[in-house]
Amino acid sequence: MPATTMENILEGRRSQPHQLIEALHDVQDNFGYISEESIRTLSQELGVPLMEVYRVAAFYKAFKLTPSGKNVITVCMGTACHVRGARLLLDQATTQLDVKPGEVTEDGLFTVEHVNCLGACALGPVVVENQTYHDHMTPGKLRNLIQRCGCQDKEVGQDA
Amino acid sequence: MPRLNSYRELEHLRTSLLEQRQPITHTVMICGGPGCQIAHSDGLVDALQKEISSQGLKDSVALRATGCHGFCEQGPVMVIEPGNIFYCHVSSQDAFEIVSQTLVRGEVIDRLLYTDPASGVKIQTEAEIPFYRDQDQQLLSRNRLVDPCSIEDYLVAGGYSALSKVLQGASPADVIKEVTAAGLRGRGGGGFPTGRKWLESYQAPGDEKYVICNADEGDPGAYMDRAVLEGNPHQVLEGMMIGAWAVGAQQGYVYVRNEYPLAVQHSRIAVEQARALGILGENILGSSFSFDVNIARGGGAFVCGESTALMASLEGKVGEPRPKDVHTAVEGLYNKPTVLNNVETWANVPEIMLRGADWFAAKGSSGSKGTKILALTGRIKNTGLVEVAMGTPINTVVFDIGGGAANGHPIKAVQTGGPSGGCLPVDKFDLALDFDILAEAGSMIGSGGMVVMDEESCMVDVARYFLEFLQDESCGKCLPCRTGIDRMLEIVTDIAEGRGRPEQLDLLEELGDTIAQTALCGLGKTAPNPVLSTLRYFRAEYEAHINEGRCPAGVCKPLITYSIDADKCNGCGVCLRSCAYEAINGEKKQLHVINAELCQKCGICRSECKFDAILVA
Repeated sequence: MPATTMENILEGRRSQPHQLIEALHDVQDNFGYISEESIRTLSQELGVPLMEVYRVAAFYKAFKLTPSGKNVITVCMGTACHVRGARLLLDQATTQLDVKPGEVTEDGLFTVEHVNCLGACALGPVVVENQTYHDHMTPGKLRNLIQRCGCQDKEVGQDA
Repeated sequence: MPRLNSYRELEHLRTSLLEQRQPITHTVMICGGPGCQIAHSDGLVDALQKEISSQGLKDSVALRATGCHGFCEQGPVMVIEPGNIFYCHVSSQDAFEIVSQTLVRGEVIDRLLYTDPASGVKIQTEAEIPFYRDQDQQLLSRNRLVDPCSIEDYLVAGGYSALSKVLQGASPADVIKEVTAAGLRGRGGGGFPTGRKWLESYQAPGDEKYVICNADEGDPGAYMDRAVLEGNPHQVLEGMMIGAWAVGAQQGYVYVRNEYPLAVQHSRIAVEQARALGILGENILGSSFSFDVNIARGGGAFVCGESTALMASLEGKVGEPRPKDVHTAVEGLYNKPTVLNNVETWANVPEIMLRGADWFAAKGSSGSKGTKILALTGRIKNTGLVEVAMGTPINTVVFDIGGGAANGHPIKAVQTGGPSGGCLPVDKFDLALDFDILAEAGSMIGSGGMVVMDEESCMVDVARYFLEFLQDESCGKCLPCRTGIDRMLEIVTDIAEGRGRPEQLDLLEELGDTIAQTALCGLGKTAPNPVLSTLRYFRAEYEAHINEGRCPAGVCKPLITYSIDADKCNGCGVCLRSCAYEAINGEKKQLHVINAELCQKCGICRSECKFDAILVA
């Protein structure tokens, strides 16, 4: 599949301010975050004031203004996961990696995030490691998962 | 398939599809809902497909990856017809046996059947399983009939015949009359009468009107809209088309939560398929009615579930609500008359038009008609999606369908209605699931989330959880919500961390009352509910935190200590090895001890101990 460019994203959306959120989604999906440059481009091409583009990008949780770490650990904090101990999981991830939710670890390997609900409540507590879902998580299982991710990345780094 | 230019062409296509499927003797329906997908139902579908081909059954067996069947706890689940045979926890390794034994020889595989935990008996058919037996699945059962990505399946199941019927003979006024007579009320939480909303929009002046499907299911602990939109997107679209015809709208939007990638994908595919057949677009089925639908992805803001905020978001703006002095039915999207209904509400419309208002109104209670899908989750045995007639007592759902407590701890409460709802104690479980009855009891049916809590759930912690959620999600536009929730959270945090004072409980109630009366939108007005309802029914728990510095459920970290049960500990050493803080000491095969000063209460030892020997109090 050819890489999506800003040009593809803007196609059919120019001078249509109401397309802002859809365009931001595509930027986020393809580039991993919303850079200052893309904010400026969207402002110019869609005809939305720069400040408004920034405001929208900052308002919605779906958009990130900085790149994420190599591994993204997402802890579901929905009510169903909460009553099954999701807070302990978030504490585990943030303590183990020494970051706050949303931050990237110093080595750039991890970002810890929390999400309101993934809609997989029956299997809670749920943790998503990159694209893989892990159900019925416990602090112990999460610790091992994070260790495994970290080790793999270090090995890959050494090979290269 | 060519574009359909008349009602007759639609029926002709349906007949020819049915004829094509005549050689099919068996249908295998595998749940492809999120729960079963996590349990690798995709691999199972592939494996079964291969086996069906290699065992020469390609023409006689239809394999269908469907939307959610509801019983997520047992996933991946599948049903084989004829026979209604229900298999659970199926893996791709079972594919050969399922094909060679069940499909070829008609033998049931005992190992894959569901075992009733109460009696220990294996149950062969889906209909006999208590989880399903006590439900009344009207919408969810249709998920089994279709592959969500196949408009052909939907047509074979009778799809778009309600639209065709309406366009052929029902005036907008007739449709509105039928929906009103059915007593359909908004399934998204508000419970506003759908017919009245439609009438208001129909009567509003202007040629440009919109209909919107609210699929921004932001309630944590609720996923029924996801199951319906993901599993049967054409039914939602058909409902929207009928609504658009009734109010005179030319354009519709599905505003769907971006955290549900399958729902986004399936609804997009459904729109493309409907357009290709001429069921969406100009002159639908050759009639004078033109209508199109676009899919818009939400940005992950809970407040956008509120109608005016959602509409602002659709316009590409920040999702802030506005005062609703003029209803959105009159001045909504781009200031034009707009009907906004939730996924489940739209999905109910086609059947109402086909079977009539009386059929729909025959189910339910006096003020709440039809069925409701509930997301039954939390500390309960059978988690999953459940559909019951409105008016069913909470007891039936929690104990008969849900199977009661999961871990041996008695059930204490159920939280309904998400962050806008409340917690009801077990002695209120005889209450009927009805819009008005739950509201009177200080909670709400909301969009249908039911999170069950047991004695290990702390109600102060639950209140704090919802306040943190709402503080994070408040758009900040109005002061009562922005600052009021902050202050309530501050107080509840004090209580949860052992700094609470008795007089703060009255202050919480006063604050809650003020916010409820003065906030701008529904989010703020209902934000105090989780605190007020827990204060009303579980005041003793708040008092235990304040007066005794004790969290009875063992949840609030500053008030609890971890210790080891001398009777259960066998000195295996797992906890000692797992503790990252070196807080556990003990010789092998001797009782281990936790050093309270070093313990960080991270919970690892508890999750690792196989003997349930770690105590929290």
